[in-house]
Formats: sequence, structure tokens, C-alpha cells
Amino acid sequence: MSGRDRVYFALCLLLIIGVGIFQSWNVALTMINFALISAILSLGLNIQWGFGGLFNVGIMGFVALGGLAVVVVSAPPVEEAWRAGGWRVLSALFVAVLAIGGSLFVWKRWRPKKYGAVSLVVFLTMAFVLYRFLFDPAVLAIEKVNPALSGFLGGFNLPVLLAWPVGGLLAAAAAMMIGHIALGLRSDYLAIATLAIAEVLVAILKHEEWLTRGVKNVTGLPRPVPYEVDLQQSIWFQEWASQLGIDGIEASSLTVKLCYMVLLIIVLALIFTLCQRALNSPWGRMMRAIRDNERAASVMGKDVKRRHLQIFVLGSAVFGIAGAMMTTLDGQFIPSSYQPLRFTFLIWIMVIVGGSGNNWGAVLGGLLIWFLWIQVEPIGLATIDFLTKPLHPTSPLRVHLIDSAAHMRYVMMGLFLLLVLRFRPQGLIPER
Amino acid sequence: MLDAAIVLANFVVIPALSYGSLLALGALGVTLVYAVLRFANFAHGDTMSVATMMAIYCTWWLQSLGIDFIRPLPTALLAIPFAALGTVGLLLVIDRLVYRHYRQAKAPPITLVIVSVGVMLILHGLSRMIIGVDEQRFFDGGRFIVSAGEFKEWSGLKEGLAIKSTQVIAIVSAVTLMAYLFYFLQRTRTGKAMRAFADNEELALLSGIRPQKIVTSCWILVAVLAAVSGTVYGLDKVYKPFTYFQLLLPIFAAAVVGGMGSPVGAILGGYLIAFSEIGLTYAFKRVAGHLLPPSWVPDGLLQLISTDYKFAVSFTILVAVLLLRPTGLFRGQAS
Repeated sequence: MSGRDRVYFALCLLLIIGVGIFQSWNVALTMINFALISAILSLGLNIQWGFGGLFNVGIMGFVALGGLAVVVVSAPPVEEAWRAGGWRVLSALFVAVLAIGGSLFVWKRWRPKKYGAVSLVVFLTMAFVLYRFLFDPAVLAIEKVNPALSGFLGGFNLPVLLAWPVGGLLAAAAAMMIGHIALGLRSDYLAIATLAIAEVLVAILKHEEWLTRGVKNVTGLPRPVPYEVDLQQSIWFQEWASQLGIDGIEASSLTVKLCYMVLLIIVLALIFTLCQRALNSPWGRMMRAIRDNERAASVMGKDVKRRHLQIFVLGSAVFGIAGAMMTTLDGQFIPSSYQPLRFTFLIWIMVIVGGSGNNWGAVLGGLLIWFLWIQVEPIGLATIDFLTKPLHPTSPLRVHLIDSAAHMRYVMMGLFLLLVLRFRPQGLIPER
Repeated sequence: MLDAAIVLANFVVIPALSYGSLLALGALGVTLVYAVLRFANFAHGDTMSVATMMAIYCTWWLQSLGIDFIRPLPTALLAIPFAALGTVGLLLVIDRLVYRHYRQAKAPPITLVIVSVGVMLILHGLSRMIIGVDEQRFFDGGRFIVSAGEFKEWSGLKEGLAIKSTQVIAIVSAVTLMAYLFYFLQRTRTGKAMRAFADNEELALLSGIRPQKIVTSCWILVAVLAAVSGTVYGLDKVYKPFTYFQLLLPIFAAAVVGGMGSPVGAILGGYLIAFSEIGLTYAFKRVAGHLLPPSWVPDGLLQLISTDYKFAVSFTILVAVLLLRPTGLFRGQAS
């Protein structure tokens, strides 16, 4: 880290302290927590784009899978739903897997023969009918179980921290399958394919109610840290808060957020250290060599496609972990909240602005862009308010402008991206 | 038997034709940028959105003036030329301010893709700021050309056929625009120069083609395509900035399936995606009800995939084509 980089990080810290002083420490801590998760996401993208040069615009899908992991791992199981149709759903999914494997087999075995394509179609049709025959009634039965409160299978009721690595594994497994299909395509085709995959993944989470409750959301997920209410009622905490001279309610919420912050910092530090070591290892040099000139690297005997798959899986695992952490922090899983602008393109801006290929840069981008993403709205509102002061308070132009200030963040983010790409394409902290 | 055909036409063929026409126009816009400027333009969906927004404001202005001599056609058709002009201006300004720098610096295509993401964000934010996130309806005039009731009376069949005027407008405008585009590309000097430039940039430059002229005419075509397809889609369905952003996916799928950089491919890809999206998510129960004896008709809806998975259809076709024929059905540019 050079002197200038330290200045950037000090500036970030100052911005957040500023929020603490001028808005509130509660807001500042929430912002830090989400900024830390953004930094992890941006490290993940830095692995894929900065190290490997893979253009992945499907980040949202992996983040959502991480969120699903939290539901599956930590939500309490709904016994009645399992009895109603749990095993039937699982057997239907098993049939689906068998059908896909079987169709590959049929295709290999009979393709050279005369009716290869026909037999494949017949086989797939039969498998599909069987699958729907098992799946549809089971799903109906599950969703009928107390739909207002559950209507889904629930999870395994395990400690929620376990969901973080599980989220990473889930995302890695998905990335493995997707990578086999999509990698090896040229860069802009890969972009289009990943964009589509993310939409499909989120569509599944949104509409498979037996798994995720769909648009009804899963709320009240367990937490790795104590609840505010418990803190407020415990005597030692009350004494501690009164010694510090803070109101009990605020102290409890600050403590909870600080606990989360410690957890997030531990994960960030861990992933960051691993990334740094990977980048400076022979493996990291090989990856950059592949990124800079695929053909030359392949002539030198590097298996380009395999390395790409490796890096795609690693980066996606980081997205999965971050996604699980985000859902844990929210305490609820809201499938409809996954939107590409927020979960894919914003992360891209973080990496590009921070400096792709440099882990410090990625972390800086994550912190800084998250701050701006949150603060552009109040700043924009204040600016518009100031500029339109001369107008009458009910003038339609003024009212419209003030209403639309909330959407200014998209314009500002696009501008940041374009300005950095134009005038400092290597990012704030360039690759070394 | 005839009833089944009518149901099929009413709920699958005609909607797919109109939706496919619009996808084809969108894919043409993407494919033209890809052929001439050599990058996948992520901003196309939001270009359509901004163009439609201009058309909506024009429509409201024309309505407030009381101009309605084209009834029963919607007033918005009169607004399209204004919107197209505005979009041409917008795209040329964006090209001058943003894209030209990278073209002159000979930046790799992927940089231009990221730049187009920035443009996408700005355009998306602008349309949200100016017109808001809500749905806008700006349709006026006659809703149906053939209504279900009239058709039933006329034909004496049990099923009615309804053709919305917007569906016909979509198909007619798409076909007209495509015909003009091919005339332009095949017959005019600029069109030929454009194809030469797309084919081999260096040779084209050597033979004295001015690159700036090619790029400008490419953006003009893209702007007109975006204005027409965006406005007609908004007339047929509804205008909402986020929907237009999401249109990007089927449009890309259509362009890739047809072969990026190939106009014929883009058109076929558009119809292919539309027909499979609507065909696979349609519940065929009513069709079966007319074809099979009553005791054979199954209880289920006979819907292959639930409508929630429209995206999955375009995606599956996309992947299948990329695996089996990476350059698309019509050989696009592979390098």
C-alpha cells in the first residue's frame, strides 16, 4: 500500500465518521456493515475479472443462492409440510436428475443410429411427464400447509453461521455447472449467458414457493448475535449502558451492529488474505498471464479453459458467502429484492472504480461506492432543494425534481463509471 | 378442429408474431451496433425506454392540442417520428461524448461493453427521474380490429378470434422497417459501405470509406429502430422503465441465436424466441379440449412450463445454440 492508498482509506473512514456525527452512529454502523459485505462481493468479482479477465454479469444469481443457503440451513423445519409432500418433491427432483443423466446416455448411445433424435425426444417426454406427475401434487400439498405462516419445507434448524460456508458451496456448485456450459465462449457471449443465468436463478427462487416461500418471503431467520430485546432486559447490559451514558435501546442496537461488524471483518480479512496470497503466488501470475494473452499462455501449456473454470468457481463461491452474510444481516430472505442493477452492476462499478486486479482497490471500491450509493440520495435531495429554492414550494417542477431525486443514484453511478473509465481506466488503486 | 386452430391463433400465433416483431427490431438494433462498432450494447433496452418516454410526452402534447385525425389509430404513431429524431440526437451526443474516445483509442471490445453498462445506468436513471417508475399507458383509439364477439357471430364458431390493433401495428411497422433496412443495406451507397465496414474495417478504410459517416448512420438506424420498437411495445403492453431494462435479455438472446452481426439472423432469432416463449408457457388445455374426445382431455392445464419461467426459455435456447453452433444460426462474426 502506497501513501496515496492510505489517504484513500483514511478518506473512507472520515466519511463514515462524518455520517456518525452528522446523521447518527446507528446509520453509520449499518452502512459500515453493508459496505463490508460490498467489499467482499467486490473481492469476489476482482478474482474473476481482475485476476482472470472473466466478464461475469450474473453476480446477482450467486448472491441469491447464498441467501437461499441461509433459509435451508437455519430455518426451522416445517414437519407437517415434510409429511405432506417433502419426500415426493425430493423424489421428483431425483427423477429430474436421472432424466438429465439418462438423456445424455441415450444421446451418446443412440445418436449414431437411425432414430437417435427421436428416441431422445421420446425419453425426455416420458421423463418430463413422470416428473410433473410426482412434482405438481407434492408442491400443491406443501403450499397448502398453513400458507399464511409457512407453506414451505423450512430448513434444517442448524446454526446460522454454518450457512455462510454452505452458501459459498452452493454458489460454487452452481458455478461449476454453469461454467461447464458458458466458459469458453467469447467474452461478450459469456456476459450475455451469465446475465441470463442470474435471471433464471432468481426466477426459480421467486416462484418455487415450496422452497423459499417465493414472494411471501422468509422472515425471522435466526441470528448469530444476541437480540436487542434480550440485551435490554439483562441487568449487566443496563448497568454497562448507564455507565457509558447511552440510552439502553440505542446501546443495544449499537452493540448488535458492532457484533455483526466484528464477524464481517473477520470474514473479510480471511478472504482478503487468501486473495492476496493467491494473487502473489505462481498461480496468480499464471492467471494474469492467461488474462493478458490467452493464446500465449495456452502455447506455454496452460489449460486455459480449466483455469477459467477454477477462477469462475472461486469467485462465485465468494459471492455465495457474501450473499449468505447479507441475508443473515437482514434476518429475512426476500427473493424479489434481487435486482441486477443493485447486485450485479453496482459491484462492477466498485471493482472498476477501485482498481481491477488489485485487492486493496477492490476493497476500497466496495467501501467507497457503497457510501456513495447510500449518500447520493440525501446529497441529491439537498442540492435540488437548494437549487430550486427560488421557485414556489408548490411549483410542479420543484415537486417533480424533489420526487425524482431518489433515482439520481443510477445516473450518478453511471457517471462515476464513465468518468473513471475515461480519465483513470486503471482505477483509484492500480494493479501492480 | 377449426375451433382449436382459432384458439391457437388467438393465444399463441398472433401474440407471438407481434412480440416477435418487436424482439426482431430490438435484436436488429443490437446486431447493427455489434457489426459496425463491434461491441454488445447493454444500453439498448434503456435506449428504447428513453425513446418511448419521448414518444409518450409527444403523444400527451399532441393529445392536448386535440390532434386526432388519424383515429382510429393511436396518436402515438404521430409521435414516433419526433421520438426517433430525439433519439437520433441523443445517441449521436452519447457517441461523441463517450464512445468515440474508445474507438479512436482502439480499446478492446470488452471495455466498450463496460462503457455501455455505464450509459445504460445513466439512461435508466434518467427515465426513472423524468417519467417515474410507474406504468404509463398512452394508448388511445380503437382497441380491436376484430373483436371476439363479432368474429363468433360472423363465423358461427364456438371460439372467438380477437385481433388487437396494436398487434397489427407491431407487425406492420416491423415488416416495413425491416424492408426499408434491407433496401438500405443492399442498395444504397451508405448501406453498402456499412456492410463493407462491418466485413473488413481495414479494407473499407483503404477504399476511402469515412468511418465517422458509417458510425453516424449506424446510430441513426439504431435510434429509429429503438424508437419504433419501444413505442409500439409500450402501446401493445405498457411502458415501465424496469420492463424495458428486462427486455434486454430476450433481445440479446434473439441476436445471439440468429448470429451476432447478422440482420437476417436477428429477425429469425426474434421470432424463434417469441414463439418458443409463448408456445412453451401457454396452457394447451383449451386446444386439446377441441381436438380430443371429452373423456381423453387431461385434468391438468397442459402447460409445459409456468409463465414465471419465460426467461428460462430464452436462456435455454441461447445455451443450446451456443453449444451446438457458437456463431448462431446465421454465421455471425465469430472473432
